[in-house]
Amino acid sequence: MSSNTAATQPLAWPEGLSRVPYWAFQRGDIYRDEQRLIFQGNCWNYLCLEADLAKPGDFRTTFVGDAPVIAARDADGEIYAFENRCAHRGALICLDDHGSNKKDFSCVYHAWTYDLKGNLIGVAFKDGVKGQGGMPATFRMEEHAPRKLRIALVHGLVFGSFSEEVPPIEEYLGDAIMARIERVLGGRAPVVLGRFTQVLPNNWKLYMENVKDSYHASILHLFFTTFEINRLSQKGAIIVDDSGGHHVSYSQIDRSAAPDTAYANQQIRSDSEYRLADPSLLQGFEEFPDGITLQILSVFPTFVLQQIQNAIAVRQIVPRGTGRTDLNWSILGYAHDTAEQRLVRLKQANLVGPAGYISMEDGCVGGFVQRGIAGSPEAQAVLEMGGVGADSSESRVTEASVRGFWKAYRAHLGF
Amino acid sequence: MVQDAFHIIMQAQADYARCIDDDRLENWPDYFDDPCIYKITTAANHREGLEAGIVFANSRGMLIDRVSALREANIYERHTYRHILGVPSILTQSGGGVRSETPFLVARIMRDGETDIFATGRYLDLYRFSDASAKLAERIVVCDSSRIDTLLALPL
Repeated sequence: MSSNTAATQPLAWPEGLSRVPYWAFQRGDIYRDEQRLIFQGNCWNYLCLEADLAKPGDFRTTFVGDAPVIAARDADGEIYAFENRCAHRGALICLDDHGSNKKDFSCVYHAWTYDLKGNLIGVAFKDGVKGQGGMPATFRMEEHAPRKLRIALVHGLVFGSFSEEVPPIEEYLGDAIMARIERVLGGRAPVVLGRFTQVLPNNWKLYMENVKDSYHASILHLFFTTFEINRLSQKGAIIVDDSGGHHVSYSQIDRSAAPDTAYANQQIRSDSEYRLADPSLLQGFEEFPDGITLQILSVFPTFVLQQIQNAIAVRQIVPRGTGRTDLNWSILGYAHDTAEQRLVRLKQANLVGPAGYISMEDGCVGGFVQRGIAGSPEAQAVLEMGGVGADSSESRVTEASVRGFWKAYRAHLGF
Repeated sequence: MVQDAFHIIMQAQADYARCIDDDRLENWPDYFDDPCIYKITTAANHREGLEAGIVFANSRGMLIDRVSALREANIYERHTYRHILGVPSILTQSGGGVRSETPFLVARIMRDGETDIFATGRYLDLYRFSDASAKLAERIVVCDSSRIDTLLALPL
């Protein structure tokens, strides 16, 4: 389908939540609508950790969809964020990933200068040189600034929004999601142990579908299943919020339960005799009093908080065009970790990231879909596992949270 | 001694690269002492002192597990590497071993033939010598870039 044809024919989304048209992963016009209606629309976007901005003068550059953003802690102690785009001619204001002791940001192009709140505070040669040139008398610095974002803090996570209408973050997330963020980060001081970017050869939504897909986890990821980190027949559930856009999938290992035969009977390759030469990889420590050993939590549109045993991480998903996505991993520990606990985290970090025993496949599978659907924009994905709704469920043999994602997505895009 | 260490390390590294590029991964842990440290990280993390690796092992057993996971558990599209190693620089020598640094370039060849520069960086190594062979007590693989394309399956 050419985009010219498409522009004259309004796109129709199939009825219900159980079908997803493949053109949603392919079309440039859809991508542009997403930027406007989701990333710059009524959503909260993860920017960075509060720990990244520990002291006044600390800053970090990040993204909200395509838009480059600077997040900084001002001398007043508050966190601010604004577009990393000079109000003069549009150049990036800041060219560093992060830094400290910053007093102001000065654009390299013509030295227009901004404070840490994003206010324009200086224009080079504003009054001209020797009475010649300069800005007109009508020019007011306070009328020119990059767009500022609203900021919301949730247990050490910094979210930003370009929207004035987006509801307060507590309302946006809802009580269930707020509580599940709190159980991992509440009252704890996260420390970044490492950062990596995994470049995914697929549309951003294919990664978000994968994150929310509790159906695939124990089938695609043999490592997960064999070591009984995650068995569908174990105690666990999924939570989908009312909007559909946020979810939690969790499990608790029930060591007293008899081994189940569901996998053997399905002849899925997930059952094997695979054993570790060095099992210390999975010898963690009791960290959470509720006994939950795995919790994957997503916030619409593009944030993931992960607890897999003692492997804690946040993931930021940044779209880079219809067929390319950056997945930014921050591997976390806590400030109160002992040396032994820290070593456990370093070992368990092997589970996740670009080389992760249980996340390696997630980096490829979105690309398999992107390539698989290349010739079939009008065909549709089938999402009927566990019904056609988007409700919380005691079973994880369901695609309810994937359907929830599409419910929220369609609400934002007006489909 | 400098001459000897240099040549032994050159030979060991050439063998190490051939082992991976020829898909003899089962032999790859043999290039390490036990215990050992093997870590893949990025220049930015290394510079900032961030400890977590993309891959981290502190025993030869964990390296063996990497290989068996790749063979038996993990799903990924078939591909191979071609390691091009630079000349090692011998940094220090002591009773504890020889520290060296070697630049590398790794091309990744996908099953359809698509070939890319997958990673460049340097090995920060601690070699221990016994008889005429050298084993890695420590290899920190510092990738120049923080971006990894799609996945990092095979070892660097």
